[in-house]
Amino acid sequence: MSSIQLGQIAHARSGDKGNHANIGVVAYTSAGFDFLQRQLTADRVATFFPKLGTSSVDRFELPRLGALNFVLHNALGGGASESLRIDTQGKLLGTAILDLPLPTPSTDELTKMMPTKNP
Amino acid sequence: MTIKIANGAGFLGDNIDAPRLLVESAQVDYLTLEYLAELTMSILARQREKNPEAGYAVDFLDVLKSLLPALKAQPQLKIVTNAGGVNPLACTAAVGKILHAAGLSETQIGVITGDNLLPRLDELRAVGCDFKNLDTGQPLEEISQSVVSANAYLGAQPIAETLAGGARIVITGRVADASLTVGPAMHQLQRRWDDWNFLAGISVAGHLIECGAQVTGGLYRHWQNLDLANVGYPIAEINDDGSCVITKPSGTGGAVNRNTVIEQLVYEIGDPAHYLTPDVDVDFTTIEVDQAGTDRVIVCGATGRPAPTSYKVSLAYQAGFIANGQLLVYGADCIAKAQACGKMILQRVERANFKLQETLIECLGTGDGVPVHGSGVKESARKEVLLRVSVRDDCRDAVERFTKEFAPLITSGPPGVAGYATGRPQVRPVFAYWPTLVPKTFVTPTVCIKAAGKWNAIR
Repeated sequence: MSSIQLGQIAHARSGDKGNHANIGVVAYTSAGFDFLQRQLTADRVATFFPKLGTSSVDRFELPRLGALNFVLHNALGGGASESLRIDTQGKLLGTAILDLPLPTPSTDELTKMMPTKNP
Repeated sequence: MTIKIANGAGFLGDNIDAPRLLVESAQVDYLTLEYLAELTMSILARQREKNPEAGYAVDFLDVLKSLLPALKAQPQLKIVTNAGGVNPLACTAAVGKILHAAGLSETQIGVITGDNLLPRLDELRAVGCDFKNLDTGQPLEEISQSVVSANAYLGAQPIAETLAGGARIVITGRVADASLTVGPAMHQLQRRWDDWNFLAGISVAGHLIECGAQVTGGLYRHWQNLDLANVGYPIAEINDDGSCVITKPSGTGGAVNRNTVIEQLVYEIGDPAHYLTPDVDVDFTTIEVDQAGTDRVIVCGATGRPAPTSYKVSLAYQAGFIANGQLLVYGADCIAKAQACGKMILQRVERANFKLQETLIECLGTGDGVPVHGSGVKESARKEVLLRVSVRDDCRDAVERFTKEFAPLITSGPPGVAGYATGRPQVRPVFAYWPTLVPKTFVTPTVCIKAAGKWNAIR
Protein backbone atom coordinates (compact mmCIF):
# COMPACT_ATOMS: atom_id res chain seq x y z
CA MET A 1 0.00 0.00 0.00
CA SER A 2 1.40 3.40 -0.95
CA SER A 3 1.55 6.03 1.74
CA ILE A 4 2.17 9.70 2.43
CA GLN A 5 3.81 11.09 5.54
CA LEU A 6 1.81 13.10 8.05
CA GLY A 7 4.37 15.91 7.74
CA GLN A 8 3.28 16.61 4.14
CA ILE A 9 -0.11 17.85 5.31
CA ALA A 10 0.37 18.89 8.96
CA HIS A 11 2.75 20.33 11.52
CA ALA A 12 2.97 19.41 15.18
CA ARG A 13 4.26 20.28 18.64
CA SER A 14 4.67 18.08 21.71
CA GLY A 15 5.23 18.46 25.42
CA ASP A 16 4.71 16.90 28.84
CA LYS A 17 2.33 16.88 31.78
CA GLY A 18 3.96 14.76 34.44
CA ASN A 19 4.39 11.28 32.96
CA HIS A 20 1.97 11.97 30.09
CA ALA A 21 2.93 13.43 26.72
CA ASN A 22 0.73 15.43 24.40
CA ILE A 23 1.14 15.92 20.66
CA GLY A 24 -0.83 18.67 18.95
CA VAL A 25 -1.16 17.98 15.22
CA VAL A 26 -2.24 20.93 13.06
CA ALA A 27 -3.47 20.44 9.48
CA TYR A 28 -2.37 23.03 6.92
CA THR A 29 -5.79 23.12 5.24
CA SER A 30 -9.40 22.21 6.01
CA ALA A 31 -9.24 19.37 3.47
CA GLY A 32 -6.23 18.09 5.35
CA PHE A 33 -8.10 18.28 8.63
CA ASP A 34 -11.03 16.28 7.23
CA PHE A 35 -8.55 13.62 6.08
CA LEU A 36 -6.81 13.53 9.49
CA GLN A 37 -10.13 13.26 11.29
CA ARG A 38 -10.76 10.05 9.32
CA GLN A 39 -7.26 8.64 9.14
CA LEU A 40 -5.18 9.79 12.11
CA THR A 41 -6.82 7.66 14.77
CA ALA A 42 -5.63 7.23 18.34
CA ASP A 43 -4.81 3.61 17.45
CA ARG A 44 -2.56 4.68 14.56
CA VAL A 45 -0.65 7.03 16.86
CA ALA A 46 -0.31 4.34 19.55
CA THR A 47 0.95 1.83 16.99
CA PHE A 48 3.50 4.29 15.61
CA PHE A 49 5.13 4.66 19.05
CA PRO A 50 5.24 1.01 20.20
CA LYS A 51 8.16 1.26 22.60
CA LEU A 52 7.22 4.20 24.84
CA GLY A 53 5.23 2.12 27.32
CA THR A 54 2.09 4.18 26.62
CA SER A 55 -0.90 2.82 28.55
CA SER A 56 -3.54 4.53 26.36
CA VAL A 57 -3.95 7.31 23.79
CA ASP A 58 -6.79 9.84 23.86
CA ARG A 59 -7.66 11.92 20.81
CA PHE A 60 -9.36 15.31 21.04
CA GLU A 61 -10.60 17.45 18.13
CA LEU A 62 -10.33 21.22 17.61
CA PRO A 63 -12.12 21.58 14.25
CA ARG A 64 -12.07 25.40 14.17
CA LEU A 65 -8.28 25.30 14.43
CA GLY A 66 -7.83 22.28 12.16
CA ALA A 67 -6.05 20.53 14.98
CA LEU A 68 -6.09 17.19 16.79
CA ASN A 69 -4.63 16.74 20.26
CA PHE A 70 -3.27 13.37 21.30
CA VAL A 71 -2.58 12.57 24.94
CA LEU A 72 -0.22 9.61 25.39
CA HIS A 73 -0.72 8.38 28.92
CA ASN A 74 2.37 7.23 30.85
CA ALA A 75 4.52 7.61 27.73
CA LEU A 76 7.52 9.34 29.30
CA GLY A 77 9.19 6.60 31.34
CA GLY A 78 8.47 8.44 34.59
CA GLY A 79 8.47 12.03 33.36
CA ALA A 80 10.77 15.01 33.61
CA SER A 81 12.96 14.05 36.57
CA GLU A 82 12.51 10.28 36.81
CA SER A 83 12.90 9.23 33.19
CA LEU A 84 16.20 7.71 32.11
CA ARG A 85 15.63 8.64 28.47
CA ILE A 86 17.36 11.51 26.73
CA ASP A 87 13.94 12.91 25.84
CA THR A 88 12.56 13.15 29.36
CA GLN A 89 9.82 15.59 28.36
CA GLY A 90 8.53 14.23 25.06
CA LYS A 91 10.01 17.16 23.13
CA LEU A 92 10.91 14.94 20.15
CA LEU A 93 7.49 13.37 19.64
CA GLY A 94 6.11 16.32 17.67
CA THR A 95 8.94 15.96 15.16
CA ALA A 96 8.83 12.15 15.13
CA ILE A 97 5.11 11.97 14.38
CA LEU A 98 5.62 13.85 11.10
CA ASP A 99 7.04 10.59 9.67
CA LEU A 100 3.84 8.66 10.46
CA PRO A 101 2.59 6.98 7.25
CA LEU A 102 -1.01 7.51 6.11
CA PRO A 103 -2.87 6.02 3.11
CA THR A 104 -2.26 8.00 -0.07
CA PRO A 105 -5.20 10.16 -1.12
CA SER A 106 -5.79 10.97 -4.82
CA THR A 107 -3.41 13.54 -6.32
CA ASP A 108 -6.20 16.13 -6.43
CA GLU A 109 -7.07 15.56 -2.80
CA LEU A 110 -3.43 15.68 -1.73
CA THR A 111 -2.91 19.04 -3.47
CA LYS A 112 -5.75 20.48 -1.41
CA MET A 113 -4.09 19.28 1.81
CA MET A 114 -0.65 20.76 1.20
CA PRO A 115 0.27 24.29 2.30
CA THR A 116 -0.52 26.73 -0.52
CA LYS A 117 2.32 29.15 0.12
CA ASN A 118 5.43 29.28 2.23
CA PRO A 119 3.96 28.58 5.69
CA MET B 1 -9.47 49.88 25.99
CA THR B 2 -6.51 47.64 25.24
CA ILE B 3 -3.69 46.69 27.57
CA LYS B 4 -0.37 45.28 26.53
CA ILE B 5 1.04 42.37 28.50
CA ALA B 6 4.38 40.91 27.45
CA ASN B 7 6.28 37.82 28.52
CA GLY B 8 10.06 37.90 28.78
CA ALA B 9 10.77 34.50 30.34
CA GLY B 10 9.14 31.09 29.86
CA PHE B 11 11.12 29.07 32.41
CA LEU B 12 14.07 29.31 34.80
CA GLY B 13 17.00 29.23 32.41
CA ASP B 14 15.43 31.27 29.59
CA ASN B 15 17.50 33.93 27.82
CA ILE B 16 18.39 36.62 30.38
CA ASP B 17 18.61 39.45 27.81
CA ALA B 18 15.08 38.84 26.49
CA PRO B 19 13.18 40.94 29.07
CA ARG B 20 15.44 43.96 28.52
CA LEU B 21 15.35 43.65 24.73
CA LEU B 22 11.57 43.39 24.91
CA VAL B 23 10.97 46.57 26.91
CA GLU B 24 13.59 48.46 24.90
CA SER B 25 11.80 47.67 21.65
CA ALA B 26 8.15 48.01 22.74
CA GLN B 27 6.19 49.99 25.32
CA VAL B 28 4.09 47.56 27.31
CA ASP B 29 1.94 47.96 30.44
CA TYR B 30 3.02 44.74 32.08
CA LEU B 31 6.04 42.50 31.75
CA THR B 32 5.41 38.97 33.02
CA LEU B 33 8.32 36.64 33.81
CA GLU B 34 7.54 32.93 34.29
CA TYR B 35 10.19 30.86 36.04
CA LEU B 36 8.54 27.77 37.52
CA ALA B 37 8.20 24.47 35.66
CA GLU B 38 6.62 21.46 37.37
CA LEU B 39 9.81 20.36 39.04
CA THR B 40 11.58 23.68 39.50
CA MET B 41 9.89 24.04 42.90
CA SER B 42 11.55 20.88 44.25
CA ILE B 43 14.98 22.04 43.07
CA LEU B 44 14.41 25.42 44.75
CA ALA B 45 13.16 23.66 47.90
CA ARG B 46 16.47 21.79 48.10
CA GLN B 47 18.38 25.06 47.73
CA ARG B 48 16.39 26.56 50.59
CA GLU B 49 17.12 23.55 52.81
CA LYS B 50 20.82 24.32 52.46
CA ASN B 51 20.44 28.09 52.78
CA PRO B 52 17.35 29.74 54.33
CA GLU B 53 17.90 32.84 52.14
CA ALA B 54 17.80 30.81 48.89
CA GLY B 55 15.01 29.02 47.03
CA TYR B 56 13.92 31.59 44.45
CA ALA B 57 14.80 32.33 40.81
CA VAL B 58 18.11 34.15 41.24
CA ASP B 59 18.18 34.84 37.48
CA PHE B 60 15.43 37.38 38.10
CA LEU B 61 17.82 39.61 40.08
CA ASP B 62 20.16 39.97 37.10
CA VAL B 63 17.17 40.52 34.84
CA LEU B 64 15.84 43.19 37.18
CA LYS B 65 19.18 45.03 37.14
CA SER B 66 19.03 45.06 33.35
CA LEU B 67 15.49 46.49 33.53
CA LEU B 68 16.35 49.43 35.81
CA PRO B 69 16.77 51.98 32.98
CA ALA B 70 13.39 50.98 31.53
CA LEU B 71 11.71 51.17 34.95
CA LYS B 72 13.05 54.73 35.27
CA ALA B 73 12.14 55.80 31.73
CA GLN B 74 8.72 54.11 31.42
CA PRO B 75 6.40 55.00 34.29
CA GLN B 76 3.61 52.74 32.97
CA LEU B 77 5.77 49.59 33.12
CA LYS B 78 4.94 47.05 35.81
CA ILE B 79 6.40 43.59 36.44
CA VAL B 80 4.53 40.44 37.49
CA THR B 81 6.65 37.36 38.16
CA ASN B 82 6.60 34.02 39.97
CA ALA B 83 10.35 34.37 40.61
CA GLY B 84 9.61 33.94 44.34
CA GLY B 85 9.76 30.15 44.00
CA VAL B 86 9.62 28.57 47.47
CA ASN B 87 10.94 31.72 49.13
CA PRO B 88 9.02 34.76 47.85
CA LEU B 89 9.93 36.87 50.89
CA ALA B 90 13.69 36.42 50.42
CA CYS B 91 13.26 37.20 46.72
CA THR B 92 11.30 40.35 47.55
CA ALA B 93 13.92 41.52 50.06
CA ALA B 94 16.64 41.04 47.41
CA VAL B 95 14.55 42.96 44.88
CA GLY B 96 14.03 45.73 47.46
CA LYS B 97 17.79 46.01 47.89
CA ILE B 98 18.39 46.37 44.16
CA LEU B 99 15.69 49.02 43.68
CA HIS B 100 16.77 50.90 46.80
CA ALA B 101 20.38 50.99 45.63
CA ALA B 102 19.21 52.23 42.22
CA GLY B 103 17.35 55.17 43.74
CA LEU B 104 13.91 53.61 43.34
CA SER B 105 13.20 53.32 47.08
CA GLU B 106 9.62 54.51 46.68
CA THR B 107 8.69 51.74 44.25
CA GLN B 108 5.97 49.58 45.76
CA ILE B 109 6.71 45.86 45.75
CA GLY B 110 3.98 43.35 46.53
CA VAL B 111 4.57 39.75 47.50
CA ILE B 112 2.06 36.91 47.53
CA THR B 113 2.47 33.97 49.87
CA GLY B 114 0.23 31.14 51.02
CA ASP B 115 0.92 28.63 48.25
CA ASN B 116 3.46 26.67 50.29
CA LEU B 117 1.66 23.69 51.85
CA LEU B 118 4.77 21.78 52.98
CA PRO B 119 4.68 23.00 56.61
CA ARG B 120 0.90 22.40 56.65
CA LEU B 121 0.68 18.86 55.26
CA ASP B 122 -0.03 17.14 58.61
CA GLU B 123 -2.55 19.81 59.61
CA LEU B 124 -4.36 19.52 56.26
CA ARG B 125 -4.37 15.71 56.32
CA ALA B 126 -5.85 15.85 59.83
CA VAL B 127 -8.84 17.81 58.48
CA GLY B 128 -9.43 15.41 55.61
CA CYS B 129 -7.23 16.41 52.64
CA ASP B 130 -5.97 13.04 51.41
CA PHE B 131 -3.65 14.42 48.68
CA LYS B 132 -4.09 11.22 46.69
CA ASN B 133 -2.24 11.02 43.39
CA LEU B 134 -4.49 12.32 40.59
CA ASP B 135 -3.01 9.94 38.04
CA THR B 136 -2.67 6.73 40.02
CA GLY B 137 -5.05 7.15 42.95
CA GLN B 138 -2.28 6.17 45.38
CA PRO B 139 -2.59 7.61 48.90
CA LEU B 140 0.04 10.11 50.10
CA GLU B 141 1.07 7.73 52.94
CA GLU B 142 3.20 5.79 50.47
CA ILE B 143 5.58 8.72 50.00
CA SER B 144 4.74 11.12 52.82
CA GLN B 145 8.17 10.70 54.45
CA SER B 146 9.98 11.79 51.28
CA VAL B 147 8.04 14.95 50.33
CA VAL B 148 10.38 17.84 49.51
CA SER B 149 7.89 20.43 48.26
CA ALA B 150 4.13 20.93 48.06
CA ASN B 151 2.69 24.08 46.52
CA ALA B 152 -0.83 25.04 45.49
CA TYR B 153 -1.17 26.73 42.12
CA LEU B 154 -2.73 30.03 43.22
CA GLY B 155 -4.82 32.04 40.80
CA ALA B 156 -5.04 35.60 39.52
CA GLN B 157 -7.11 37.17 42.29
CA PRO B 158 -4.26 37.92 44.71
CA ILE B 159 -2.23 39.32 41.79
CA ALA B 160 -5.04 41.72 40.85
CA GLU B 161 -5.40 42.63 44.52
CA THR B 162 -1.67 43.38 44.81
CA LEU B 163 -1.82 45.64 41.74
CA ALA B 164 -4.93 47.38 43.12
CA GLY B 165 -2.95 48.00 46.29
CA GLY B 166 -0.46 50.06 44.28
CA ALA B 167 2.34 47.56 43.67
CA ARG B 168 4.52 48.14 40.62
CA ILE B 169 6.32 44.84 41.04
CA VAL B 170 4.42 41.69 42.02
CA ILE B 171 6.37 38.65 43.23
CA THR B 172 4.66 35.32 43.74
CA GLY B 173 5.51 31.74 44.53
CA ARG B 174 3.59 29.00 42.72
CA VAL B 175 0.74 30.47 40.69
CA ALA B 176 -0.82 29.08 37.53
CA ASP B 177 1.24 30.31 34.59
CA ALA B 178 -1.74 31.87 32.81
CA SER B 179 -2.72 33.74 35.99
CA LEU B 180 0.38 35.95 35.62
CA THR B 181 -1.48 37.49 32.66
CA VAL B 182 -5.02 37.15 34.02
CA GLY B 183 -4.16 39.11 37.19
CA PRO B 184 -3.09 42.33 35.45
CA ALA B 185 -5.82 42.04 32.79
CA MET B 186 -8.52 41.72 35.47
CA HIS B 187 -7.05 44.59 37.47
CA GLN B 188 -6.84 46.87 34.45
CA LEU B 189 -10.11 45.96 32.73
CA GLN B 190 -12.14 45.61 35.95
CA ARG B 191 -14.40 42.67 35.22
CA ARG B 192 -16.25 40.40 37.62
CA TRP B 193 -14.59 37.17 38.77
CA ASP B 194 -17.56 35.20 37.47
CA ASP B 195 -17.36 36.65 33.95
CA TRP B 196 -16.29 33.22 32.73
CA ASN B 197 -16.03 33.97 29.01
CA PHE B 198 -13.86 37.00 29.67
CA LEU B 199 -11.67 35.04 32.08
CA ALA B 200 -11.42 32.31 29.44
CA GLY B 201 -10.26 34.78 26.80
CA ILE B 202 -7.54 36.34 28.93
CA SER B 203 -6.45 32.92 30.20
CA VAL B 204 -5.90 31.89 26.58
CA ALA B 205 -3.77 35.01 26.11
CA GLY B 206 -1.78 33.96 29.19
CA HIS B 207 -1.41 30.39 27.95
CA LEU B 208 -0.14 31.64 24.59
CA ILE B 209 2.59 33.93 25.97
CA GLU B 210 3.62 32.00 29.09
CA CYS B 211 6.32 30.02 27.26
CA GLY B 212 8.00 33.11 25.84
CA ALA B 213 9.32 32.68 22.31
CA GLN B 214 7.44 29.43 21.70
CA VAL B 215 4.58 31.49 20.22
CA THR B 216 6.84 33.82 18.19
CA GLY B 217 8.72 31.23 16.16
CA GLY B 218 10.50 29.07 18.73
CA LEU B 219 9.86 25.35 18.05
CA TYR B 220 7.97 26.26 14.86
CA ARG B 221 8.18 23.57 12.21
CA HIS B 222 9.19 26.07 9.52
CA TRP B 223 11.93 27.65 11.63
CA GLN B 224 14.37 27.63 8.71
CA ASN B 225 12.96 30.90 7.35
CA LEU B 226 13.22 32.72 10.69
CA ASP B 227 15.94 34.66 12.50
CA LEU B 228 15.59 32.82 15.80
CA ALA B 229 18.88 34.18 17.22
CA ASN B 230 17.12 37.54 17.50
CA VAL B 231 13.65 36.17 18.18
CA GLY B 232 11.23 38.70 19.64
CA TYR B 233 9.34 37.72 22.80
CA PRO B 234 5.55 37.88 22.78
CA ILE B 235 3.10 40.65 23.57
CA ALA B 236 -0.62 40.06 24.11
CA GLU B 237 -2.74 43.13 23.37
CA ILE B 238 -5.82 42.35 25.40
CA ASN B 239 -9.14 43.92 24.42
CA ASP B 240 -12.02 44.54 26.80
CA ASP B 241 -14.13 41.89 25.07
CA GLY B 242 -11.62 39.22 26.14
CA SER B 243 -10.09 38.79 22.69
CA CYS B 244 -6.41 39.47 22.14
CA VAL B 245 -3.86 40.10 19.47
CA ILE B 246 -0.62 38.15 19.83
CA THR B 247 2.33 40.07 18.42
CA LYS B 248 6.02 40.85 19.01
CA PRO B 249 8.17 43.99 18.88
CA SER B 250 8.88 45.21 15.35
CA GLY B 251 12.39 44.69 14.06
CA THR B 252 12.87 41.44 15.97
CA GLY B 253 13.33 37.94 14.58
CA GLY B 254 10.90 35.04 14.63
CA ALA B 255 7.31 35.24 13.43
CA VAL B 256 3.77 35.40 14.74
CA ASN B 257 1.38 33.71 12.33
CA ARG B 258 -1.69 31.52 12.52
CA ASN B 259 0.47 28.38 12.55
CA THR B 260 2.83 29.46 15.34
CA VAL B 261 -0.14 30.50 17.47
CA ILE B 262 -2.13 27.29 16.93
CA GLU B 263 0.96 25.14 17.61
CA GLN B 264 1.34 26.90 20.95
CA LEU B 265 -2.37 26.79 21.71
CA VAL B 266 -2.23 22.98 21.68
CA TYR B 267 1.07 22.85 23.61
CA GLU B 268 0.91 20.86 26.85
CA ILE B 269 -2.86 20.60 27.02
CA GLY B 270 -5.11 17.65 27.80
CA ASP B 271 -8.81 17.81 26.94
CA PRO B 272 -9.12 21.10 25.00
CA ALA B 273 -12.74 21.50 26.16
CA HIS B 274 -11.51 21.75 29.75
CA TYR B 275 -8.29 23.69 30.16
CA LEU B 276 -8.36 24.11 33.92
CA THR B 277 -6.82 27.03 35.77
CA PRO B 278 -7.60 28.26 39.29
CA ASP B 279 -9.50 31.14 37.63
CA VAL B 280 -11.72 29.40 35.08
CA ASP B 281 -12.46 26.18 33.15
CA VAL B 282 -11.67 27.16 29.53
CA ASP B 283 -13.09 25.62 26.37
CA PHE B 284 -10.47 25.89 23.59
CA THR B 285 -12.73 24.30 20.98
CA THR B 286 -14.67 27.53 20.43
CA ILE B 287 -11.54 29.62 19.77
CA GLU B 288 -10.96 31.30 16.40
CA VAL B 289 -7.48 32.29 15.28
CA ASP B 290 -6.90 34.67 12.36
CA GLN B 291 -4.02 36.58 10.85
CA ALA B 292 -4.62 40.32 11.38
CA GLY B 293 -1.44 41.71 9.82
CA THR B 294 2.26 40.99 9.69
CA ASP B 295 3.23 39.32 12.97
CA ARG B 296 -0.24 40.02 14.35
CA VAL B 297 -2.73 37.25 15.09
CA ILE B 298 -6.14 37.78 16.64
CA VAL B 299 -7.46 35.13 19.03
CA CYS B 300 -11.11 35.26 20.08
CA GLY B 301 -14.16 33.19 20.96
CA ALA B 302 -12.88 31.27 23.99
CA THR B 303 -15.68 30.27 26.32
CA GLY B 304 -15.48 29.59 30.03
CA ARG B 305 -17.24 27.74 32.79
CA PRO B 306 -16.96 28.20 36.57
CA ALA B 307 -13.51 27.74 38.06
CA PRO B 308 -12.63 24.45 39.79
CA THR B 309 -13.30 24.36 43.54
CA SER B 310 -9.84 22.93 44.25
CA TYR B 311 -6.35 24.18 43.61
CA LYS B 312 -4.00 21.89 41.79
CA VAL B 313 -0.99 21.09 43.98
CA SER B 314 2.45 20.35 42.67
CA LEU B 315 4.01 18.01 45.16
CA ALA B 316 7.44 16.47 44.76
CA TYR B 317 9.13 13.68 46.70
CA GLN B 318 12.60 12.26 46.59
CA ALA B 319 12.78 8.98 44.69
CA GLY B 320 16.40 7.90 44.78
CA PHE B 321 19.29 8.98 42.58
CA ILE B 322 20.02 9.12 38.90
CA ALA B 323 23.06 9.51 36.63
CA ASN B 324 23.76 9.46 32.88
CA GLY B 325 27.06 9.12 31.06
CA GLN B 326 27.92 9.42 27.37
CA LEU B 327 30.68 8.17 25.07
CA LEU B 328 31.22 8.55 21.35
CA VAL B 329 31.65 5.22 19.59
CA TYR B 330 33.21 5.27 16.12
CA GLY B 331 33.64 2.78 13.29
CA ALA B 332 31.78 0.49 10.92
CA ASP B 333 30.57 -1.70 13.79
CA CYS B 334 29.71 1.26 16.00
CA ILE B 335 26.18 0.22 17.00
CA ALA B 336 27.15 -3.27 18.20
CA LYS B 337 30.24 -1.81 19.86
CA ALA B 338 28.24 0.86 21.70
CA GLN B 339 25.77 -1.76 22.96
CA ALA B 340 28.73 -3.87 24.17
CA CYS B 341 30.29 -0.88 25.99
CA GLY B 342 26.99 -0.12 27.72
CA LYS B 343 26.60 -3.72 28.85
CA MET B 344 30.21 -3.83 30.08
CA ILE B 345 29.65 -0.79 32.29
CA LEU B 346 26.51 -2.28 33.83
CA GLN B 347 28.14 -5.71 34.22
CA ARG B 348 31.01 -4.24 36.23
CA VAL B 349 28.57 -2.42 38.54
CA GLU B 350 26.84 -5.73 39.11
CA ARG B 351 30.16 -7.49 39.74
CA ALA B 352 30.73 -4.99 42.55
CA ASN B 353 27.51 -6.29 44.14
CA PHE B 354 25.18 -3.44 43.24
CA LYS B 355 21.92 -4.51 41.65
CA LEU B 356 20.64 -1.39 39.91
CA GLN B 357 16.86 -0.91 39.95
CA GLU B 358 16.59 0.78 36.53
CA THR B 359 19.04 0.94 33.64
CA LEU B 360 18.85 2.14 30.04
CA ILE B 361 21.28 1.97 27.13
CA GLU B 362 20.60 4.36 24.23
CA CYS B 363 22.55 4.50 20.95
CA LEU B 364 21.89 8.07 19.90
CA GLY B 365 22.13 8.56 16.16
CA THR B 366 20.19 5.39 15.38
CA GLY B 367 16.72 6.71 16.17
CA ASP B 368 16.80 5.73 19.85
CA GLY B 369 15.70 9.29 20.78
CA VAL B 370 12.17 8.27 19.82
CA PRO B 371 11.85 4.57 19.02
CA VAL B 372 9.08 4.53 16.37
CA HIS B 373 7.49 1.68 14.47
CA GLY B 374 9.77 0.35 11.76
CA SER B 375 12.76 2.43 12.83
CA GLY B 376 16.19 0.98 13.23
CA VAL B 377 19.15 1.99 11.16
CA LYS B 378 21.42 -0.34 9.25
CA GLU B 379 24.84 -0.65 10.85
CA SER B 380 26.64 0.24 7.63
CA ALA B 381 24.74 3.51 7.34
CA ARG B 382 26.38 4.91 10.49
CA LYS B 383 29.93 6.05 11.01
CA GLU B 384 29.48 6.84 14.72
CA VAL B 385 26.90 6.79 17.48
CA LEU B 386 26.67 8.45 20.86
CA LEU B 387 26.33 5.86 23.61
CA ARG B 388 24.25 7.09 26.54
CA VAL B 389 23.88 4.92 29.62
CA SER B 390 21.51 5.90 32.45
CA VAL B 391 20.67 4.37 35.81
CA ARG B 392 18.36 5.09 38.75
CA ASP B 393 18.50 3.51 42.18
CA ASP B 394 17.28 4.28 45.69
CA CYS B 395 20.83 3.70 46.93
CA ARG B 396 23.23 6.57 46.23
CA ASP B 397 26.29 4.28 46.51
CA ALA B 398 25.03 2.14 43.64
CA VAL B 399 24.67 5.15 41.37
CA GLU B 400 28.06 6.52 42.50
CA ARG B 401 29.66 3.22 41.55
CA PHE B 402 28.06 3.37 38.11
CA THR B 403 29.66 6.78 37.47
CA LYS B 404 33.09 5.24 38.11
CA GLU B 405 32.73 2.57 35.41
CA PHE B 406 33.06 4.80 32.33
CA ALA B 407 36.74 5.76 32.63
CA PRO B 408 38.06 2.18 32.91
CA LEU B 409 36.94 1.58 29.32
CA ILE B 410 39.80 3.87 28.20
CA THR B 411 42.16 0.93 28.56
CA SER B 412 39.91 -2.08 28.98
CA GLY B 413 37.18 -1.48 26.42
CA PRO B 414 37.04 -1.70 22.62
CA PRO B 415 39.03 0.65 20.35
CA GLY B 416 37.42 3.68 18.71
CA VAL B 417 35.73 5.15 21.77
CA ALA B 418 36.18 8.78 22.93
CA GLY B 419 34.70 11.42 25.21
CA TYR B 420 36.36 10.58 28.50
CA ALA B 421 37.66 14.08 29.23
CA THR B 422 34.45 15.42 30.78
CA GLY B 423 35.04 13.49 33.99
CA ARG B 424 32.65 11.25 35.90
CA PRO B 425 28.93 11.72 35.37
CA GLN B 426 27.20 13.62 38.14
CA VAL B 427 24.87 11.86 40.61
CA ARG B 428 21.60 13.80 40.99
CA PRO B 429 18.68 13.29 43.37
CA VAL B 430 15.41 12.37 41.66
CA PHE B 431 12.39 14.50 42.56
CA ALA B 432 9.32 12.62 41.49
CA TYR B 433 6.12 14.44 40.65
CA TRP B 434 2.90 13.79 42.56
CA PRO B 435 -0.02 15.71 41.06
CA THR B 436 -2.83 16.26 43.55
CA LEU B 437 -5.53 18.70 44.71
CA VAL B 438 -6.46 20.76 47.76
CA PRO B 439 -9.89 22.39 48.32
CA LYS B 440 -9.61 26.15 47.85
CA THR B 441 -11.20 26.78 51.27
CA PHE B 442 -8.05 25.47 52.98
CA VAL B 443 -5.67 27.88 51.27
CA THR B 444 -5.47 31.61 51.95
CA PRO B 445 -3.28 33.69 49.66
CA THR B 446 -1.67 36.55 51.56
CA VAL B 447 -0.60 39.87 50.07
CA CYS B 448 1.99 42.21 51.52
CA ILE B 449 2.95 45.50 49.85
CA LYS B 450 5.80 47.78 50.92
CA ALA B 451 8.10 50.33 49.34
CA ALA B 452 11.46 49.04 48.11
CA GLY B 453 13.23 51.03 50.82
CA LYS B 454 11.23 49.23 53.50
CA TRP B 455 11.89 45.77 52.02
CA ASN B 456 15.55 46.72 51.87
CA ALA B 457 15.55 47.45 55.60
CA ILE B 458 13.99 44.09 56.53
CA ARG B 459 17.04 41.91 55.91
